Amino acid sequence: MSFLPFAVAAWLFLAGLYGIVSSRSLIRAILSLTVVQSATYVVLLGVGYSKGGQAPIFADIPQTSKAVDPVVQVLVLTDVVIEATVTAMLLALAVQAHKRFGSLDPQDLRALQD
Amino acid sequence: MHIVALAVVVPMIGAAVLVGIRLWSPRLLNDLIAGGVALAVVTLCAILLARSAHHPFAYWMGGWRPNDAVAIGISFSVDQLGAGMATLAAVLVAAALIYSWRYFDGADGLFHALMLLFMAAMAGFCLTGDLFNMLVFFELMGAVAYALTAYRIEERGPLQGAINFAISNSVGAYAIFTGIALLYARTGALNMAQIGHALDGHPADPLVIVAMSLLFIGFLTKAAAVPVHFWLADAHAVAPTPVCVLFSGVMAELGLYAVARLYFTIFAGALGPHAEQLQAILVALGTVTAIWGGVMCYAQRHLKRLLAFSTISHIGVFLCGIGLLSPRGLAGVATWVAGHGLNKAALFMLVGVLLHRFGTVDEFELHGRGREIRVAGVLFGIGGLLLSAVPGVTSFFGKSLLDSAALEAHDPWLPAVFVISSILTGGAVLRVTGRVFMGWGASEREEDVQVAGAAREGDEETTRRDHTPPLMLAVPAVLLVGSIVLGLIGGVVPGIERAAAHFHDHAAYARWVLRGQPAHFVPVATSHVEAFDYLYAAGATVGALALAALTLFGYRLLPRTPSAVLGPPRTALAALRRLHSGHIGDYIAWWTAGAAALGGASLVLLR
Repeated sequence: MSFLPFAVAAWLFLAGLYGIVSSRSLIRAILSLTVVQSATYVVLLGVGYSKGGQAPIFADIPQTSKAVDPVVQVLVLTDVVIEATVTAMLLALAVQAHKRFGSLDPQDLRALQD
Repeated sequence: MHIVALAVVVPMIGAAVLVGIRLWSPRLLNDLIAGGVALAVVTLCAILLARSAHHPFAYWMGGWRPNDAVAIGISFSVDQLGAGMATLAAVLVAAALIYSWRYFDGADGLFHALMLLFMAAMAGFCLTGDLFNMLVFFELMGAVAYALTAYRIEERGPLQGAINFAISNSVGAYAIFTGIALLYARTGALNMAQIGHALDGHPADPLVIVAMSLLFIGFLTKAAAVPVHFWLADAHAVAPTPVCVLFSGVMAELGLYAVARLYFTIFAGALGPHAEQLQAILVALGTVTAIWGGVMCYAQRHLKRLLAFSTISHIGVFLCGIGLLSPRGLAGVATWVAGHGLNKAALFMLVGVLLHRFGTVDEFELHGRGREIRVAGVLFGIGGLLLSAVPGVTSFFGKSLLDSAALEAHDPWLPAVFVISSILTGGAVLRVTGRVFMGWGASEREEDVQVAGAAREGDEETTRRDHTPPLMLAVPAVLLVGSIVLGLIGGVVPGIERAAAHFHDHAAYARWVLRGQPAHFVPVATSHVEAFDYLYAAGATVGALALAALTLFGYRLLPRTPSAVLGPPRTALAALRRLHSGHIGDYIAWWTAGAAALGGASLVLLR
């Protein structure tokens, strides 16, 4: 198991967080959120990878061939669906925020500060 | 036991039907379908609660049972605390739906459908025995909750609240997902019992500790522990009232449920030798949250925001209780969560009554106007007393259990934290009762302690009305009665203590889930409430009353108080308030700091 995918994942997670913290636009913040999420995909694919493994579709390869772990791929697929939903909803909220606040800059969203 | 799956499937089908017919179905039909489904799920959860009383059991989806104690399928592992949380969630959804019959004029079928989906997600979250399954229900619960928060999408407050909520919780969910991936890498399992079994007997290495920290910080984001709590006050202050009922009454507590569930099923074996250090970390987090939430609660004049911060304070108390890692602490938390959930739901509904009638939730704008609806005033005052855990009610029994658990764990100062939380949150609600419903205390001009702006736009109602539908008072009244008497019913508190002991038993969990062996539990010695507990709790209630009275009548003394005395606390409070900036970038910066602190402390202390 290589260390590289996990280093890439940690980098993506932190870069995404930095993107959300530093964004002056909600769209950029939402895209940064998807960067955070892609870190989780890299972790999972790194976990399931095995050297020389084939795609785990046993229809046209022998049952005994070495294959990568299909479970992590299922997990990734499930979370891609969830991410699509949440991102779509967040983008819809951002469109609406642009209408109501006249800006996409989080600093101009001033309905709630204490 | 197919009814286990029905608790999730029935509300999902109900939601699909409501969406399918919403273009032509009248409001009444929507209400009937949603209410009927909600009551059916309450019944299902109650059956599960009764069936799991002595023997918790696992239900394997599609009959994929474990083979020689290796789980391949997905299980719903039903024990009493899980079923109890599901029942509480179902009861609150049913109550919120009944309340919104007369409250929510603009609600079409989509609102009802979202509420039912929310119910399905919460039930699944409580019942599942599979870690990834738990994350999926967590994400479903989140996605539905973001949509419900922004239900009035044309208003600015709900929009901003929903955006902050969605981004904060999604980051939390991705931390959880990474934690799951790491545990899967180590153990090759996703079933909680299986993961715990695989980790047993090895000392926890950095990978396991990092996975634990990621899972905990993610679920604590949902629970709103300091410093990952900022989204909660925003979202709870602007969501429609029936939705706030669920957010504060049960959703935040579910985050803590997950922390407890994960610790006792997965990590208890591996981290057993370091339980004391983990205890210190969780109790410290809980203490800061309890005090922070209490102070911020007391400083609010926006009533929904005030109740939201009181929830944060209670979450802190509950986190301390779970952090004690003992069956008695768990039993105290479970008892208090039941009492608090019903009570907080009722308080939000009563604020909804004020909003419905007067079009504002600002404490000072409402000064004395609540006298028109005396019943609501009486109920609100009772809610305040319950929040301070007045002797004899459900929350009091929970608090007594927590007190004795804290003393057993040699944390004699912890009961003082609980008392401070009770005084600040109970005192704030009692102060509101006096000012809004009795007309006591300062009106806007004389008051100079509270400096925040008035309740801003972003609330769901802005029109005034001259009547309140009786149903809107009846539902909170019933919930308050429930919150009072639940702990008095014979056998309930000892039953919770027994359930907590089962929940706590790491080895037995793996046996009944993976091998289907009926669990044999050692009988639990239940605790007794001593006269001292009553006296001590009465002290907290008197303190809350005194604090409310001091604020309402003592403000005239303020100009005569030297500024050297008042200055520093005011500066500190202003600084604390400035942290709640409403800026999502700030919140995520705090989240990152909180995650780093939890992970760092765990890596240093738990090895």
